[in-house]
Amino acid sequence: MTDSVAVSGSLRNRLMLTLIGGAAILALLVFFAVRNYAVQLAQEGQDNILAASATSMLDAATFRDGVVELDLPYSAFSMLSTAADDQVFYAIRQDGAFLSGYADLPFSESQMFQTDQVRGSDVRKISVSRTLIGANSRTEIQVVLAQTQDALSETLDRISRNAALLGIGFFALAAALSFWATAATIGQLGNLTTSVTRRGPQDLSPFAKPVPREMAPLVTSLNSLMGRLDQSLSQSEDFIAEAAHRVRTPLATVRSYAEATLQRVDKEENREAMRSMVKAIDESSRAAGQLLDHAMITFRADHLELEDIDFVDLVHDLVQRMTPIAEMKDLTLTLKGDARAPFSGDPVLVQNAVRNLIDNAMKYGPRESSIEIEVTAKDRPQVTVSDQGPGFPTDEIEILTARFQRGANATDTIGSGLGLTIARDVAAAHGGEVVLKNQTGGGACVTLSL
Amino acid sequence: MKFLLVEDNIDLANAIASRMRLDGHVIDHAEKLEDASAFVATGDYDLILLDINLPDGDGRSFLEHHRTTDLDTPVIILTARSQVSDRIGSLDLGADDYVTKPFDHAELEARCRAVLRRKSGNAKTTIEVGGVVFNPVAGHLTVGGEAVTMRNRELRLLELFLNAPGQIFSKNKLADRLFSYDEDVSDNAIEVYIGRLRKHLSASDLRITTLRGLGYRLDHDG
Repeated sequence: MTDSVAVSGSLRNRLMLTLIGGAAILALLVFFAVRNYAVQLAQEGQDNILAASATSMLDAATFRDGVVELDLPYSAFSMLSTAADDQVFYAIRQDGAFLSGYADLPFSESQMFQTDQVRGSDVRKISVSRTLIGANSRTEIQVVLAQTQDALSETLDRISRNAALLGIGFFALAAALSFWATAATIGQLGNLTTSVTRRGPQDLSPFAKPVPREMAPLVTSLNSLMGRLDQSLSQSEDFIAEAAHRVRTPLATVRSYAEATLQRVDKEENREAMRSMVKAIDESSRAAGQLLDHAMITFRADHLELEDIDFVDLVHDLVQRMTPIAEMKDLTLTLKGDARAPFSGDPVLVQNAVRNLIDNAMKYGPRESSIEIEVTAKDRPQVTVSDQGPGFPTDEIEILTARFQRGANATDTIGSGLGLTIARDVAAAHGGEVVLKNQTGGGACVTLSL
Repeated sequence: MKFLLVEDNIDLANAIASRMRLDGHVIDHAEKLEDASAFVATGDYDLILLDINLPDGDGRSFLEHHRTTDLDTPVIILTARSQVSDRIGSLDLGADDYVTKPFDHAELEARCRAVLRRKSGNAKTTIEVGGVVFNPVAGHLTVGGEAVTMRNRELRLLELFLNAPGQIFSKNKLADRLFSYDEDVSDNAIEVYIGRLRKHLSASDLRITTLRGLGYRLDHDG
């Protein structure tokens, strides 16, 4: 499965972008909120001091005999002194007539506090008035007091810096949390992927490990998909077995009848026809059988049923079982080699593979010859089957194990060429290989190692 | 040899039976376990070929029951599929061998011979003629009291001749009986086997005559 999947965006990136973007916006909001609040507080502080100062100036005014006396108290100015040496401006008017201070500082009727400009400097200005009542008259004293905002803007700068630091800190923390949250969330998907990958193609059992609720539907679908796959795999195995059986049984019937008829027919051309018939039936029956074997092996190679077996025992049983058939052809099967070769493998597959090798040797071995089967367990268990036949064509040894490939000198011998393929597939499923060689004295020599 | 074939597929059973009759065997055919029990009760069989799936039961239970009363008659199981567990079960229950259906007749014949040889010793299978004592099942031949070792094909060739004394066998007919159809058989190969058989029989009263253009015939001197 090397088909690449069409990728549209990344969940991780999307999640990260959302979380970090959100964190950035929140950090900016925090920054502005803190700064605005600080500005407001600082402004209120200055306003309060201005109000207190202006009030004390008004309080100092007395009205006696129609004359206003105003002795500006020292405290009124001292309370306005700041670390930044802010300038202070004032103007005092009586009923709109300028009395003292800076004449260009206008009184505002409408707004008590104002931010204004005086002589090129930004100032905060307060306008207050007080009505003084004498014996027979009344007069209104107006006080305008203004102070530059150098100290305030210094404070504001400091507060802004701190607010910015706070915002950055908040952002950094939120970003770290987003990384962690994203990794934790995506990690769950990663875990699922790992467990799907690690189990490989053989395991089609459902996932049992608990997953987060959000992933449950995905895992449920995955499980049901695997269930269907498993079912269809075993169904196709059954189907192939059934099909091969249904093909081979009538073939066996036809073959037996053809053989029986052959014994009664005397005319040579009819006999030749019957012989060709039996040959063709043998070929199809064998091909059907090997297709079944091959299908079974392809299926089981993905579902290896490993058992601890002794390779020598297995081959010994097989040789014993095949001896009657070899005897009919006056072939001798000899088994030699080590006494024990324990290994872990699928006995059904291994038996099938070795049987195919011996089958081949019996097919190509000349009459009344001997087939040598040697089992050794040196590095790994291996069986070598040697016959005294014509051997492999030297230029075809490489490609011979490919499916349906038969040697050029095998045209007279029945077989679909699947035997070596089966042996090779079984060896591969057990991490081994099949090596074809020609013996120096003639004859083929096939080694299957596991 | 007398065989009992228990098989419910009539086509297959007929095919097996007609092929075995060619080899000179007597075949009784039972389609069900009930019939098989009746046959076993009345006949004395040399070998039973037993299918597993039968309309009135499992062949293996029949085998198990059969083994409680008769320990000698060899049984070869005909199984539909090469299931390992099936095989082990059958052999444990006392089957002597099994063949996986569908099988080549040559394989069935080979297995029957092997099982019979293992179990043999029955004198009734012995053929005595012209100074020759021949046990086709065990593959024993004694000529003038001396044992002769024979290869499988020589043995089957002698069996063919002894089963039909006086009959003429053409080279082709002999080749068809001795070799499998995928083998390339030359006329020379038959001559080689005839030559060996003549040598084995040289001390006896039996003689293989060559009839030019027709084939071979086994004759009995005197």
